[in-house]
Amino acid sequence: MLTQKEILSTIEMIDRQHLDIRTITMGISLLSCCDSDAKAACEKVYDKITRCAENLVRVGEDIEQEFGIPIVNKRISVTPIALVAAASETEDYVPFALALDRAAQTCGVNFIGGYSALVQKGMTEADKKLIRSIPEALGRTELVCSSVNVGSTRAGINMDAVALMGRIVKETAARTQERDGLGCAKLVVFCNAVEDNPFMAGAFHGVGEAEKVINVGVSGPGVVHHALQSVKNAPFDVVAETVKKTAFRVTRMGQLVAREASERLDTPFGIVDLSLAPTPAVGDSVARILEEMGLEVCGTHGTTAALALLNDAVKKGGVMASSSVGGLSGAFIPVSEDEGMIAAAQSGTLTIDKLEAMTCVCSVGLDMIAVPGDTPAETVAAIIADEAAIGMVNNKTTAVRILPVPGKQVGDSIEMGGLLGSAPVMPVHPESSAAFIARGGRIPAPLHSLRN
Amino acid sequence: MNAIVSVIGRDRVGICAAVCTKMADYGINILDITQTIVQGNFTMIMAVDLEKANASFGEIKGGLEELGNGMGLDIRMQRQEIFDAMHTI
Repeated sequence: MLTQKEILSTIEMIDRQHLDIRTITMGISLLSCCDSDAKAACEKVYDKITRCAENLVRVGEDIEQEFGIPIVNKRISVTPIALVAAASETEDYVPFALALDRAAQTCGVNFIGGYSALVQKGMTEADKKLIRSIPEALGRTELVCSSVNVGSTRAGINMDAVALMGRIVKETAARTQERDGLGCAKLVVFCNAVEDNPFMAGAFHGVGEAEKVINVGVSGPGVVHHALQSVKNAPFDVVAETVKKTAFRVTRMGQLVAREASERLDTPFGIVDLSLAPTPAVGDSVARILEEMGLEVCGTHGTTAALALLNDAVKKGGVMASSSVGGLSGAFIPVSEDEGMIAAAQSGTLTIDKLEAMTCVCSVGLDMIAVPGDTPAETVAAIIADEAAIGMVNNKTTAVRILPVPGKQVGDSIEMGGLLGSAPVMPVHPESSAAFIARGGRIPAPLHSLRN
Repeated sequence: MNAIVSVIGRDRVGICAAVCTKMADYGINILDITQTIVQGNFTMIMAVDLEKANASFGEIKGGLEELGNGMGLDIRMQRQEIFDAMHTI
């Protein structure tokens, strides 16, 4: 029998500690939509998405009401469009993005992910066409998210793709200049991208996945922060145990919602992604958890160790709570989306270099970082290369979502609103990486023996 | 279907009566009630059975919220599974 204390603790987590389901994401395979006629392919894409995800938002809202747990986002991920559009005889892939956008609007979802290409080893003609169309596609759509995988532990890093993505990020910022380069918030460059990630902007439905699938992303930095407040000054094994117990509870809730959604939508359950996904709201910050462990400001010495403990304990607690764990699973450190990170970056304690170190031990990478608008494309590419190298060598997913904000300098700040938050423009190293990026070619896959 | 109804707010005369009457109106059977008052703060948790309820989950939830608003109370109803999931293995 449940005790009053248990019931009230759940209610308090939801009411005061921002506990929520961050997203229910329906993955839909679009491989059946290939057509030599691009117009026909786009129609098939629209029809299939709107047919499969017709009830997604309504079911999400029903679950929200019955269980009393907020489900912040309902989203769709699709097969990387470079694979779908490859069959079409066309030079212009933007209509595919427009079809995705229309379908997302019709279904009422927040975002649709999968305007993507996987080019870790090489680029097909279709991959090149898709990547070159990203700035226009993101400039002309509202809800479409794009991602490009430029490296993997098995294939190495495709440095031609890295160089190209440096330019694409800059062009995307220029295309969405009037909105402070907001298009870049919808563009992720990955190494070791996962096929079942429910979180945006990097979600796509991998080719190894089923026809359609339900993936759920949980959240809960506020709950972990609150739990750690009860173990002040305790040794780290106590901290780890506390995080594990909290992650277990949060994930059980995610598993319950995933199972309900899967049954009601008659769609197989895929995975629960156990991520601590912060929001700009006070009390929903990953940085504040690290500070609760005893750091004056996130970004000071000790931050990487604190994050390593947090990331690992979240996974250990969550794994037992769900029948299938996947996606990115860990702690996210998006600067603009985390109230504590914003404050730490504004104070100058949290720098890009420290964030890069933190990405060695957290679940993703350099995320939602605003840099000066005059940052050269080669520098953006070199940042991507560094991050991809960390992912490649450490056998983990890493990503870069960076906004070179047109017309802004260090000291300025941009407001994106909603979950995207606000970001102080952070300095990058002024020294050039141009000759490094100009080399092109591939960085070979790393050796995974002789590990001393 | 079982649900948990939680009533939280400042203590006053007639909370229990009003909530229980509302339950009876909806044809909801009350399985268990616990109630505490600490320094004038009223907390009541009810386990209820919606099997023979005469309205939908959404309608009942809305009706309880309305009752709560009128009395300065926070009344919510959630399916029991969410609490079971989070607190039992």
